[in-house]
Amino acid sequence: MDMTLSPQHLEFRDELVTWIAAAMPPEMKRRADAGAEFGPEDGMAWQKILYEKGWAAPAWPVECGGTGWDVTQRHIFTEELMRANAPQLSPFGLGMVGPLLVQYGSEEQKQRFLPKILSGDEIWCQGYSEPNAGSDLASLQLRAEKDGDDYILNGQKTWTTYAQYADWIFILCRTGSEGKKQEGISFLLVDIRNTPGITVKPFLTTGGTYAFSETWFENARVPQSNRVGPEDGGWSMAKALLGHERTLIGGVAESLRWLQFAKRIARDTPVGTGRLLDDSGFRRRIARAEMRLRAITMAQNRTLAAAQLGRAPGAESSILKLVGTELLQQATELCMDAMGHDALGWLDSPPEALPEHERSVASQWNYLRAATIYGGSNEIQRNVISKDILGLPTR
Amino acid sequence: MNFDLSEEQQMIVDSVAKFVANDSPVERFRKLRDSERGWDPEVWKRMGEFGWLGVAYPEEQGGFGGDFVDLALILEQLGKGLVPEPLLPSVVLAGGLISRLGTEAQVKAFLEPMVEGETSLALAYAERQSRYCLSDCLTTAEREDGSDLFTLNGEKTWVLNGAFADQIVVVARTEGQPQDERGLSLFIVDGNAARLTRTVVRGMDGHRTGLLNFDGVQVSADRLLGAQGEALSHLEWAMDRGAAAACAEGQGQIQELFDHSVAYLKERKQFGVPIGSFQALQHRAADMFAEVELCKSTMILAAILVDSEDPEERMAEISAAKLQLSDGGWFVQKNAIQLLGGIGVTDEQDEGLLFKRLRVLQGLFGDADHHVERFQTREGFDAHLRVP
Ligand SMILES: Cc1cc2nc3c(=O)[nH]c(=O)nc-3n(C[C@H](O)[C@H](O)[C@H](O)COP(=O)(O)OP(=O)(O)OC[C@H]3O[C@@H](n4cnc5c(N)ncnc54)[C@H](O)[C@@H]3O)c2cc1C
Repeated sequence: MDMTLSPQHLEFRDELVTWIAAAMPPEMKRRADAGAEFGPEDGMAWQKILYEKGWAAPAWPVECGGTGWDVTQRHIFTEELMRANAPQLSPFGLGMVGPLLVQYGSEEQKQRFLPKILSGDEIWCQGYSEPNAGSDLASLQLRAEKDGDDYILNGQKTWTTYAQYADWIFILCRTGSEGKKQEGISFLLVDIRNTPGITVKPFLTTGGTYAFSETWFENARVPQSNRVGPEDGGWSMAKALLGHERTLIGGVAESLRWLQFAKRIARDTPVGTGRLLDDSGFRRRIARAEMRLRAITMAQNRTLAAAQLGRAPGAESSILKLVGTELLQQATELCMDAMGHDALGWLDSPPEALPEHERSVASQWNYLRAATIYGGSNEIQRNVISKDILGLPTR
Repeated sequence: MNFDLSEEQQMIVDSVAKFVANDSPVERFRKLRDSERGWDPEVWKRMGEFGWLGVAYPEEQGGFGGDFVDLALILEQLGKGLVPEPLLPSVVLAGGLISRLGTEAQVKAFLEPMVEGETSLALAYAERQSRYCLSDCLTTAEREDGSDLFTLNGEKTWVLNGAFADQIVVVARTEGQPQDERGLSLFIVDGNAARLTRTVVRGMDGHRTGLLNFDGVQVSADRLLGAQGEALSHLEWAMDRGAAAACAEGQGQIQELFDHSVAYLKERKQFGVPIGSFQALQHRAADMFAEVELCKSTMILAAILVDSEDPEERMAEISAAKLQLSDGGWFVQKNAIQLLGGIGVTDEQDEGLLFKRLRVLQGLFGDADHHVERFQTREGFDAHLRVP
C-alpha cells in the first residue's frame, strides 16, 4: 500500500499552484484571496482563461480538446482550483452534456457543439426536473410530438439552474407512452435562446440569488437531428450522464475551503480579551469536522486509486455524496456560528458593517441546503445504497 | 496512491481468515472467557509458528521485516472471530517498545521468545488518576547511589494481559514531579518478580487485565528499556500504534456486526415481510454502511501512517481514525443491536460479544474526546491558517 503522490504528481501540483496564481486577473485574484463568492459571469471569464491554456475540460479525450491527464492529475487540478478559491465553471456543458456527446453524439453533433462548450461561447443548462417529476424523474411529462423533421415540445421544466444565462438546454422529454415509464423518454438538445415558445422565469433562492428557473415550453419546435441516442432511449442517456456527474461528488476540497474559512473568521473575531479561535469549545467543533473530512478524504482517495488503476469505483464511492454533502453543510454552519452577529448580514450589507469576504456566507449557508437535495437527494442515495449495494428487499 | 493488498498481504489475510473460520470462531472465545487466563498458550505458540507474532519486526530481531499494515490486516481478521490471544498488548505495545528501544541482549531475552509464542508481554502505563495522560505517573523507580538496582513502587491499573504476561514493560518515574514530561523511564519487569502483586481483573469483553502493585520491586539496571527519563515520546508512539491496532481489530468487529445486521434485515419477517423492506431500516443500514466504509478508510490510513516519522501528521491521522472508530463504530454497533430486537441483548448472540469488545477498544489509547483535544491542540491545527 502506498499513500503518497508520485514525484511527477507532486511536481504537477506545484506547477499548477504557480500557474493558477499567475493566470487570475488581479481583481479576480484579490477577491479569491479575500474568500469572496463568485457569480456565473466570473465563471465564464475564468473558463476563457482556462480554455486559452487548453485546460477547460481536462477529462475529455485529447482529440476533443482534453488534456490527456490521468485521473490523479485531474483530481489535483480540481482540488487546487478549489483551494485557490477560483470561480467555479458551469458543469452542464463541460461536465455533463459534453462528455455525453463524446460518447453517444453523432459526428455532426460533436462538431456542432463540442468546440463551443469548450470555449464557453455557448452556455448550457440541464432540463430534467419537472414540478411533478423530482426524485421520481422517470415520471416526467414534457411532451415531444413528431411533426415532419421536428419535435413539438409542450410542458414545463423546473429548478433549471442558471437557465437565464444559458444558450442551450438539454432535456428529457416524453416521446412514447407505451410500456414502463422509463421507456418512452428521449434526450434532446434545445436552443433555449432562439426557439420561439420557450419562456424562462428565474426564481429567487433563499440564498438571495436567482440560481434557478422555471422553463416553459409552448409549441416549441426542435429538429429531430438534435436528439442524442435513439428515440425512446433517453433514459439510458440520462444514466450515462449520471456517471459523468459522479466525479468528485464528495466535495472534499469545497469542505476544506469552508473549514479553513471558519477558522479564519474565528481567528479574526475578538471574544473578551482573546479571539474566538482560542475558545476550546469552538476549536473542538472545528476539529471534529476536520477529522471527519480526513476520513472522507481517505475514502475518496481509495476511489481515486481504484480509478487510477482503471477499475470501476468500489462500494466506498457510493457513500461520498451522502457523507460529503452533510459535512459541507456543517462546514458552512461553522462559518455562520463563527460570525456571531455578523451572520445577521446579507449580500448587500455595506463593507463598514460586514467585511466583503463574509458577505456571502449567509447566502451560501442558505443555498447549500440544496447540496443534500440535488444530484439525487441524500434519501435517494440511501435508497440506492440499501438496494443496489446491500441488496435489501423492496416491497 | 495504491491501496491494493500485495500478493503476500492477500496471503496473510486468507490464512488468518481460514484460521478464524476453522480453528477460532467466536465459539472458541466463548469457552475461553470462562477459563482462568482467557486465552490459550497452545494457540499462542501456533501463532508464533505461523509467524504472525513477528510480522512487523525486523529480520535481525527474529521478525519477518513486514510493516504495520501487515499486522493490522492480521488483527482485523482476528477481530472478526474475537480471538482472545494477547497480540495487542504483547506484539503491538510491549513488543513494539522492546523492538524500538531494546538493546541486542534485551531483544534476545524478551522479544524473540515472544515472537516464537513461548512467552507473552504486557505494557503497564495506566494508573488510577492518569486517565489518558501518559505523564501523569505516580509509580516511581529509585536507584541508590552506586547500586545496580532500581526499586519500583506504585500501582498500575487495567494492564492488558498484565496478570499473566511473562514480562511486563512498566512506566515509572525516575525523576521530576507527577505530570512532568521528562523523567519517565521504562523497565522490563519479570511477571513473577518478588513484591509484585498481580490481581486478575476480568473485563467486560471477557479479556483479563491485571491490577499490579509494586511494593519495592527490585529491577536490575540492565532491564531499563531505552534512555532513562526519556520515555514519553516513545510511549506516545506506542499509544499511537495501540490506537491504530484498536482501529484494525475493531474494524473486524464493525464489519462483522454490520454483515450480521444486513443478513438479519433480509431474513427476519414481521408484518408478513422482511424487516429490511422497511425504509426506515434501509436508511439506517445505508448510514451504517457509510460509517463502516469510513472506518475502513481511516483504519488503513492509520496503519500506513503509524510508521511515519512525521509525528504531526501521524498524530493527526491517527486521532482522526480513533475518533471514527469511536463515533462511527458506535453508530454501527448500537444499531446492530437495535435491529436485532430482543435477541440483541441475549448473551447467546455473538453480536453482544462483538459489541462489548468494540467498546473496550474504543476506550483504550484515548477516547473520542481525548483525540479531538489532541487534534486541536497540535501546532498544525493553526498552521493551516497560512492559507487565506
Ligand atoms: C439548487 C438546486 C439546483 C437544481 N438544479 C437543477 C437543474 O439544473 N436541472 C434539473 O433538472 N434539476 C435541478 N434541480 C432539481 C433537483 O434535481 C431536484 O430538486 C431533486 O431531484 C429532488 O426533487 P424534488 O425537488 O422534486 O423533491 P421530491 O422528489 O419531491 O422530494 C421531496 C423530499 O422527499 C424525499 N423523497 C423523495 N422520494 C423519496 C423516496 N423514494 N424515498 C425517500 N425519500 C424520498 C426527498 O429526498 C426529499 O427530501 C435542482 C435543485 C436544487 C435544489
